[in-house]
Amino acid sequence: MSTTISAKWSKPLLAAGKQAMFIGTFWRNLFRKGFELRETVRQCYIIGYKSISLVGITGFILGFVLTLQSLPTMKAFGASSFVPSMVAISVIREIGPVIIALICAGKIASSIGAELGSMKVSEQIDAMEVSGANPIQYLVVTRILACICMIPLLTLMADALALFGGWAASNISDSMSFKLYFDKAFTSLSFVDLMPAVFKTIFFGFAIGFVGCYKGYNSDRGTESVGLAANSAVVSASLWVIVLDAIAVQLTSVFAYNA
Amino acid sequence: MEQVIEKTGETIKKSPATDSEVVIEIRHVKKAFGSKVVLSDINMDLHRGENLVVLGKSGQGKSVNIKLMVGLLKQDDGSLKIFGKEVSELNEDELKALRIRVGFLFQSGALYDSMSVRENLEFPLTRVLLLRDKNEIQTRVEEILESVGLLDAIDKMPSDLSGGMRKRIGLARTLILKPEIMLYDEPTTGLDPITSREISELILAMQKKYHISSVIITHDMACAKITADRVVVMNEGKFVAEGDYETLEASDDDLVKHFFK
Repeated sequence: MSTTISAKWSKPLLAAGKQAMFIGTFWRNLFRKGFELRETVRQCYIIGYKSISLVGITGFILGFVLTLQSLPTMKAFGASSFVPSMVAISVIREIGPVIIALICAGKIASSIGAELGSMKVSEQIDAMEVSGANPIQYLVVTRILACICMIPLLTLMADALALFGGWAASNISDSMSFKLYFDKAFTSLSFVDLMPAVFKTIFFGFAIGFVGCYKGYNSDRGTESVGLAANSAVVSASLWVIVLDAIAVQLTSVFAYNA
Repeated sequence: MEQVIEKTGETIKKSPATDSEVVIEIRHVKKAFGSKVVLSDINMDLHRGENLVVLGKSGQGKSVNIKLMVGLLKQDDGSLKIFGKEVSELNEDELKALRIRVGFLFQSGALYDSMSVRENLEFPLTRVLLLRDKNEIQTRVEEILESVGLLDAIDKMPSDLSGGMRKRIGLARTLILKPEIMLYDEPTTGLDPITSREISELILAMQKKYHISSVIITHDMACAKITADRVVVMNEGKFVAEGDYETLEASDDDLVKHFFK
């Protein structure tokens, strides 16, 4: 009985232990001499700049659709003037960070997983290691840091475009000036809406970068493992985003809104 | 006694090991992956300036053997010393220092495909030797590319290179750190006979130019003939025959004869 239980739990526990060690390796190498600033900036460009169109369009449509869907109901209750506030609060507090993080989990974690996985298969990571260079510092630290920096910025951009999308949607059937719409949107927002939302995206960024790097760096040798690394990076990163969001919402409601 | 290898237009002299100093010493090394025993009892010495060729069928543990030498894998039992130091007992910094002295050429060349040839060669100089002087870096990159005959490819991407060129650049990237020992993992696999011969001659030329000791894993008998000072044959996780190329070629052992047919 005990053998069955230990056999059942040994695999996930081993995986958890390996991930914990990988996080430790990341932090140790982050503060080690020889920080790769240039490569970090290059990764910020690849991860951040090259995701702008996807994230921007998603953000705009998010606000646009949310407004279109809620406007008829709000009108029926004579509360259409509350639509900008509703869109602003829901997008900035919750929908924006989570949707953008999930989009980034799909785009960025999979791309990191596939890239490092193919480097592993083609022995490039081994070549880096046996040359005496530090592959963790060059490949892992740079990508995780770039994700930590870029995901919050992408989320803020998407939030802004979602509000813009909301204004565009509200002008399809009705007419509302740009200034009035944004006045109503921002009046309803406060510090405790924006800061926790931005803060949690830093953790989303870490989770996306970490999972992508971990899955790619520890992929097996066959070519099939590159696809598996990319796929499991997306699945794990998405799960991490959802779990972290649940924790963040709970913490925010305890510490921020009750303060 | 010197052997002479005929090369198109010139002659490369092949010298046997001239120095008795042992740079790699392996005693009773064992390695298994799960229940599969890959190395059952490996004993080997590599002398300074010597080219040692390891022959063996696929899956006999030849690559595992050289991966143990650079600390990519750890043996389960036995002793593996390089320059008198036990590799499995080195800490991170000592292992890094050792890896600068021991070059490794992977089967595929393992070029970093997101970097140009120039960046591939600059990488170990700036990250390992921590060179900052741009002129010195440029000079060393051009010098090593010239010695492998690929100066024209300096700004090409790895995807634009042929298999033979990738191996040459891989060799250049390893040699740019001026290692004392080179480990070649099937350097001519997948190449046509002419390019294979060129790579084999290049290995020999580099040995002479930089006085490198080498372990060469290969199935290519032409490569073995050109490069080997000494040949060992591996079977079922241990060395079963040893000698110079000519001695083994004349061997009556069935397994050895199979390679030299």
